[in-house]
Amino acid sequence: MRSLYRNLAGLIGFFLIWEGAVRVGLVPELFVPPPSEVLSTTAQLLGQEPFIRDVIATVLAWAIALGISIAIAVPAGLLLGSIAWLRTATRAIVEFLRPIPSVALIPLVLLVVGGGPEAKITLAVYAAVWPILFNTIYALAEIDPVLMDTARACGTSRARMLTSVALPHAAPFVFTGIRMSAAIALILVVSTEYVAGASSGLGNFILEASSGGTNMDQVLAGTVVAGVIGYLINDGLERVGRRMFRWNEAVGEAAK
Amino acid sequence: MPTMLEVTGLNHRYGKGDGAHVAVRELSFSVDAGELACIVGPSGCGKSTLLRCIAGLIPPTGGSVRLHGDEVSGVPDDLAVVFQDYSRSLFPWLTVARNVEFPLRWRKLSKQERAERAQEALDAVGLSGVGKKFPWQLSGGMQQRVSIARALASKPALLIMDEPFASVDAQTRFELEDLLRRVQREQQSTILLVTHDIDESVYLGDRVLVLSKSPATIVADLAVDLPAERDQIATRESAKFVTLRGEVARLLQTGPAAPATTEEASDEVTAAADAAEWAATEEEAAETGGATKEARH
Repeated sequence: MRSLYRNLAGLIGFFLIWEGAVRVGLVPELFVPPPSEVLSTTAQLLGQEPFIRDVIATVLAWAIALGISIAIAVPAGLLLGSIAWLRTATRAIVEFLRPIPSVALIPLVLLVVGGGPEAKITLAVYAAVWPILFNTIYALAEIDPVLMDTARACGTSRARMLTSVALPHAAPFVFTGIRMSAAIALILVVSTEYVAGASSGLGNFILEASSGGTNMDQVLAGTVVAGVIGYLINDGLERVGRRMFRWNEAVGEAAK
Repeated sequence: MPTMLEVTGLNHRYGKGDGAHVAVRELSFSVDAGELACIVGPSGCGKSTLLRCIAGLIPPTGGSVRLHGDEVSGVPDDLAVVFQDYSRSLFPWLTVARNVEFPLRWRKLSKQERAERAQEALDAVGLSGVGKKFPWQLSGGMQQRVSIARALASKPALLIMDEPFASVDAQTRFELEDLLRRVQREQQSTILLVTHDIDESVYLGDRVLVLSKSPATIVADLAVDLPAERDQIATRESAKFVTLRGEVARLLQTGPAAPATTEEASDEVTAAADAAEWAATEEEAAETGGATKEARH
């Protein structure tokens, strides 16, 4: 609870400095409206159906993208992590694909899957797969041989080794990957909506509000909402992680 | 007493050709049911390899291991191993009770029977109230007790212990030694314990098998005719204990390899040999893992 107050204190401080900077005239009010104005616009927008639709479209695309990423990356990571020759064989292609910025793939994706929500989901999946994939592979490589010997000495068969040792051992690493990917997927969904001119979503709302340059309060309100969504996602996942991995020494100590 | 474990002409070699490292050579011995046999040998003499062969974790390159008459190939169902490094051998994501239940997972037991057996084993090692804790919440000595309880829960025909008390402090070590003797007598378990500590081998064992320097062979097989009821102070003071430990120490020193001139030098040599053995063991594990995977494809 105390940490929540501290978090809020930082946030309020930030808003006060922003408000002050605008009021004193350090930044032009036309381009950067003060937070009091932005927050009241945000409150108004949250009462309007089209804006809520945009928020839902973004969150839904994010959730689908993250779900697909997990469904692809976890099995792929388990496969690559446990079969050495497959890992070697795919290393070059993985290292080639990974550094490509998703945004660079927008034209290709628009042509192949069209401009609907599929486009932003595809791009978000592309970017979000890597952290989960690499964390899963890394987790499997990190299993202590003594632990494996222990499980074998307890009569665990090779097939059961995956479910009873490898998966529980890998779970916290995979979860960390998912948390990283959750943020990446949100960034990709919103920026694709903005750059590729989707018909709905927060990014699209920001794009439309920014045309003409006079509705900066709306632009910033959209940005604030995107930030709040990101914060809630991360906070929620952190809570889930703490609950799931109480056995982990570091997590257990932190929860005290 | 019937023979529980019979090791005949055991050989193990890592690698092939000129670069091969012979870890175990023509090693034979047997352990009777209900016996606590200690194997003592210099560091790096191939003790870990020997144990891994007996436990069925690696197939020996020659000779045979029989457990109650059955040839060992792969880990036998009724065998348990306690490793030196408890912090690496307990499953961190399982509570203490679930760790102890682990070897029972694959057996046809009801949930309740499993829980009861785990509780019994925890009671036997004096850890009745900690079942719901996670391993990291316990001290090192308690964690090793959990490992012992886990081994006991499966009611093994043979319990193998690889330097089980080498990573705990001296005080805890004495406690655990006495605990092991008590539990072994209560449950009539057959135990094969490897140690590099001469005093420990004599104090714990009904029998002490002395190994040579690498490659491991048996130099001597001594019966320990100390009373079954042992005491950390009185037993270690007794003339018999002192004579026996002297005898074991002499046997270890005058092994086939040339005796080292200073203690420091010998420490360095054994440390290097130890490292070599571990590296070889891990390589081997990787190799056998790869081989089985290929065979499955």
